[in-house]
Amino acid sequence: MKKTKMILGLSLVAISGLILVAADHIDAPGTMSGDASDITDVYAFQGQNTSNLVFAVNTQGLLSPNATGAATFKDNVMVEINIDNNGDNVEDLVIQAIKRDDKMYFFGPVAPGTTGTSSTIKTAAASGSVSISKYGATALTAEQNGMKFFAGPRDDPFFFDLGQFQAILGGTATGFKNPGTDTFAGTNVMSIVIEVPKSMLGSSSTVGVWAETKKKQ
Amino acid sequence: MSKTNKFKIITIALVAAVVSVNCDNDDSNGDSTVGLDFSGTYVQQDQMARPAINTVFVASGQPKDAFNAAIPSAMGATYQSIFQSRLLALNPAYSTNALGQTAAQLSGLLATDVLGVSKTAPTTFFDGTNVLTGRALADDVIDVELLLIFGGPTGGSNPGLTKDNVNSNDKAFGTSFPYLASAW
Repeated sequence: MKKTKMILGLSLVAISGLILVAADHIDAPGTMSGDASDITDVYAFQGQNTSNLVFAVNTQGLLSPNATGAATFKDNVMVEINIDNNGDNVEDLVIQAIKRDDKMYFFGPVAPGTTGTSSTIKTAAASGSVSISKYGATALTAEQNGMKFFAGPRDDPFFFDLGQFQAILGGTATGFKNPGTDTFAGTNVMSIVIEVPKSMLGSSSTVGVWAETKKKQ
Repeated sequence: MSKTNKFKIITIALVAAVVSVNCDNDDSNGDSTVGLDFSGTYVQQDQMARPAINTVFVASGQPKDAFNAAIPSAMGATYQSIFQSRLLALNPAYSTNALGQTAAQLSGLLATDVLGVSKTAPTTFFDGTNVLTGRALADDVIDVELLLIFGGPTGGSNPGLTKDNVNSNDKAFGTSFPYLASAW
């Protein structure tokens, strides 16, 4: 009975138009796979130096090896990491990254000019830049002002048997397989990785973190 | 000295000061932003914090586009009820989960898409002890979410749906910056 109910529930979900594409891969407004605005995943973890936090923002999901060499960051798409220090889910600090020529430029952590959906680039808080790494070449990193920077193609670190989950939602399977199949195996993303001293992220013991892509109007 | 001349001299002084400051920047770190145009207003296209939340709980099309364009402080009021409906559609037998959360509590937590990150504890989505203190590269976030959606109060319900049996990435991560593995 329980199972019947659940399968019925899953069918209703499928019918109501929920098409699950994992971890927000491929879902920004009016966009398709490979769009520079589409965030696939956000990671935030302690660095090798435990005094630092690392932020990784991945975009342009499911890039095949053949397509990765041609994938680029865009001059009109800024990636912004938002940091909330007081639990009100409003950003107190931002770190901004945007491409110019063959480099990625970084600004912050700094208080945003205005919070919310519209931003300007905090040029007075420039913190560094790094040459964008090329597909198939050694990763280029930079270290400036106590921060580390990387921008370029990477293996997609996300793993999930999305295909089987879609089959479950579609009613053609009742559970996962063992072993499962990683739908994201062998695919790449365009990554921005920033390592920041915790001391630059305010004095709170925890922070709220989210990433946004913002397009120049 | 006329007012105009004074003004000119001040202007020249200011320009000279600005130029020399810029030169300093160039000399010190070689990555001056001088000459590059960073002007303009940039408007939100996509937003994300926790993995897979939007795609699991928000239908494609307009609700999803609106969610992507929403700011976290405004998400809870709009999306908690939508997320709860989705949760109960996915698992009509949902009562509580392994964290003891009711459907309203879990959907309320998830509807505000912000990732809590500790500056003092280990950073992990869930490691058996720490819950939502960050997201490390190797965290099996999908199993955590499946368990919380389908696993019931003990985590033992719906065993075929609580893990996908893909437990790690297809490439090893680095121990040093930039940590993510090289592209395929």
